[in-house]
Amino acid sequence: MATEEMEQLVRRDYKEGFVTDIESETVPPGLDESTIAFISNKKGEPDWMLQWRLDAYHQWLKMKSPSWAHLDYPPIDYQAISYYSAPKRPEDMPQSLDEVDPKLLETYEKLGIPLHERAALAGVAVDAVFDSVSVTTTFKKELGEAGVIFCSISDAIRDYPELIKQYLGTVVPVADNYFAALNSAVFTDGSFVFVPEGVTCPMELSTYFRINAANTGQFERTLIICESRAQVSYLEGCTAPMRDENQLHAAVVELVALEDAYIKYSTVQNWYPGDENGIGGIYNFVTKRGDCRGDRSRISWTQVETGSAITWKYPSCVLRGKESVGEFYSVAVTNGRQQADTGTKMIHIGEGTRSYIVSKGISAGRSDQSYRGLVKIGPRAKGARNFTQCDSLLIGDTSGAHTFPYQEIGNSTATVEHEATTSKIGEDQLFYCRSRGISEEDAVSMIVNGFCKDVFQELPMEFAVEAEALLNVTLEGAVG
Amino acid sequence: MLEVKDLHVTVEKKEILKGLNLTIKAGEVHAIMGPNGAGKSTLSAVIAGKEGYEVTSGSITFEGQDVLEMEIEERAQAGLLLGFQYPVEIPGVKNIYLLKAALNAQRAARGEGDIPAPEFMKLVKEKIAQMQMDPSFLQRAVNEGFSGGEKKRNEILQMLVLQPKLAMLDEIDSGLDIDAMRVVADGVNSLRDSKRAILLVTHYQRLLDYIVPDKVHVLMDGRIVKSGDAELAKELEVQGYEDIVEEPAA
Repeated sequence: MATEEMEQLVRRDYKEGFVTDIESETVPPGLDESTIAFISNKKGEPDWMLQWRLDAYHQWLKMKSPSWAHLDYPPIDYQAISYYSAPKRPEDMPQSLDEVDPKLLETYEKLGIPLHERAALAGVAVDAVFDSVSVTTTFKKELGEAGVIFCSISDAIRDYPELIKQYLGTVVPVADNYFAALNSAVFTDGSFVFVPEGVTCPMELSTYFRINAANTGQFERTLIICESRAQVSYLEGCTAPMRDENQLHAAVVELVALEDAYIKYSTVQNWYPGDENGIGGIYNFVTKRGDCRGDRSRISWTQVETGSAITWKYPSCVLRGKESVGEFYSVAVTNGRQQADTGTKMIHIGEGTRSYIVSKGISAGRSDQSYRGLVKIGPRAKGARNFTQCDSLLIGDTSGAHTFPYQEIGNSTATVEHEATTSKIGEDQLFYCRSRGISEEDAVSMIVNGFCKDVFQELPMEFAVEAEALLNVTLEGAVG
Repeated sequence: MLEVKDLHVTVEKKEILKGLNLTIKAGEVHAIMGPNGAGKSTLSAVIAGKEGYEVTSGSITFEGQDVLEMEIEERAQAGLLLGFQYPVEIPGVKNIYLLKAALNAQRAARGEGDIPAPEFMKLVKEKIAQMQMDPSFLQRAVNEGFSGGEKKRNEILQMLVLQPKLAMLDEIDSGLDIDAMRVVADGVNSLRDSKRAILLVTHYQRLLDYIVPDKVHVLMDGRIVKSGDAELAKELEVQGYEDIVEEPAA
């Protein structure tokens, strides 16, 4: 082994030195025009992109942080945040699983994550573990042959400027809301997917994502476009616990579905929720919206939210095309001191549009959870239909669940149905299972997983299994 | 096998069982009869470990183990199994999944590994045929949308799969028509052997025409006031509870 490598290994034990190395690639905290210019320059962006960011920044300056959500957190100091840090170099990552926190590995074990993926998820320099390049190349080739573009948003700005100009910010305008405006000004990571007319993406984009892009960023920006009759299934995040030194996360996801297109977007969110007092957890303020622009198009959101100290998130569908369909399937689990205000918006504009909402909220510990949903039916949306089912399950006596359904019905031919239930995890159900010999912990997870089944079956197969395991890990110790 | 001594049980500050004694040996079938509110269901619930019942004095031992010190699941793992009068629904959990989880939990407690899938399927198919239930019940959520009779058959199906040492059946006959009663009784009878015992809690004598008990106990006002053989049940049918106790103790 070369002396240099030896030295590097030894130095790793000196945490201070390790941190200094990374800091040289990070801009000092604070946000002004020069920070944005720095980011844009680092990414090698054209001038129009910089102008777009600056426009967002100027609008953001005039906006106020929203206060309507049922959430309680101290004001965020936006000048104390650093808005850019370069991706870690392979030599700065752990070189093998031996260097990874054993607790993290234990969780992977419990989640049943395949051995060969654990290293990648733990941020181990991937090349040291397996040949990711060849895997990537295989995927790229297959996607390329199908005409599907799948790359980072930064690459897309450089390589496909016309598509970006045509679509970016058309679903979530730069000044849509406070966090979306901030994201538009400073986003640094995220994905771009373009599926051309008539093409069904040959693979679940999750498979690719899991192996290659587990390191997600603080201000992600994702844009997915399906042309006429195109289809794609995309999975973001993973069940493995994600830690990040950045507390504030504000992502924006935009989906565009043209005629007869179908986009299925699944999320498994397991950001660090903080310690038992909620200290150090991630604040997750996300704007996700899909635009069913074409007739008979369909957008389906499925989410499993278990992490973060604060979740503020309402994946929505704008049903513009005739007979377009929007779906939202959600499981949100909060434990400890977690707070979640989440739900969806279904905006019916076109004739004969349909939307379907199934939300399952589980609160344990001292956590607090709200479902907030808007169903808006415009005057031209003749014969529009919505069905909403919204169930809450409480575990223990100290957790809370709230439901805020909003309906704005603009014509008399619409049908809107809403069903809501709140139940405490049944003592009788628990007794029944335990009196068959099943342990209390297994009985809770059995009952909870049963409660979530309608949503889990919407997830891509392999993730449904992991999602169940994730639920069990999240609720560990919630009872008794 | 089961020894209940001077058991006093309070529910919400009201004393329900007031010094109950009961001894069940392996191979025996016991029936506890009595009017509504006598404490029949309380007895089986306390033995199974249901919360909300306070044992103020007395003891329950099962094969020498102190039952009151055991967790609910440990009692089941030891071979004590309660068939419910009102089985609960568990949405989203498949019947077959519950069966398998319960069987494997009990096997694990005995130091055995999980049952191999083909063996389990064979076992369940055989038992579900015995209970004259459609195999589609296995894929439905536990008790969800089941009729009263289907729920009771399902309880016995669990017994047949789990093979408890002591099966306690709480009002297993309530809500059954005569055909269903026969199927349920046949199921229970198939559990009878020299190593096992059965405790039936029932309001009506009718069930005992199908499952003939070795011993019958009359439970009134928190105590067993009279014990006898299967004939006692028949006398009860004719005379009613009040008259039976008013007879001078022989």
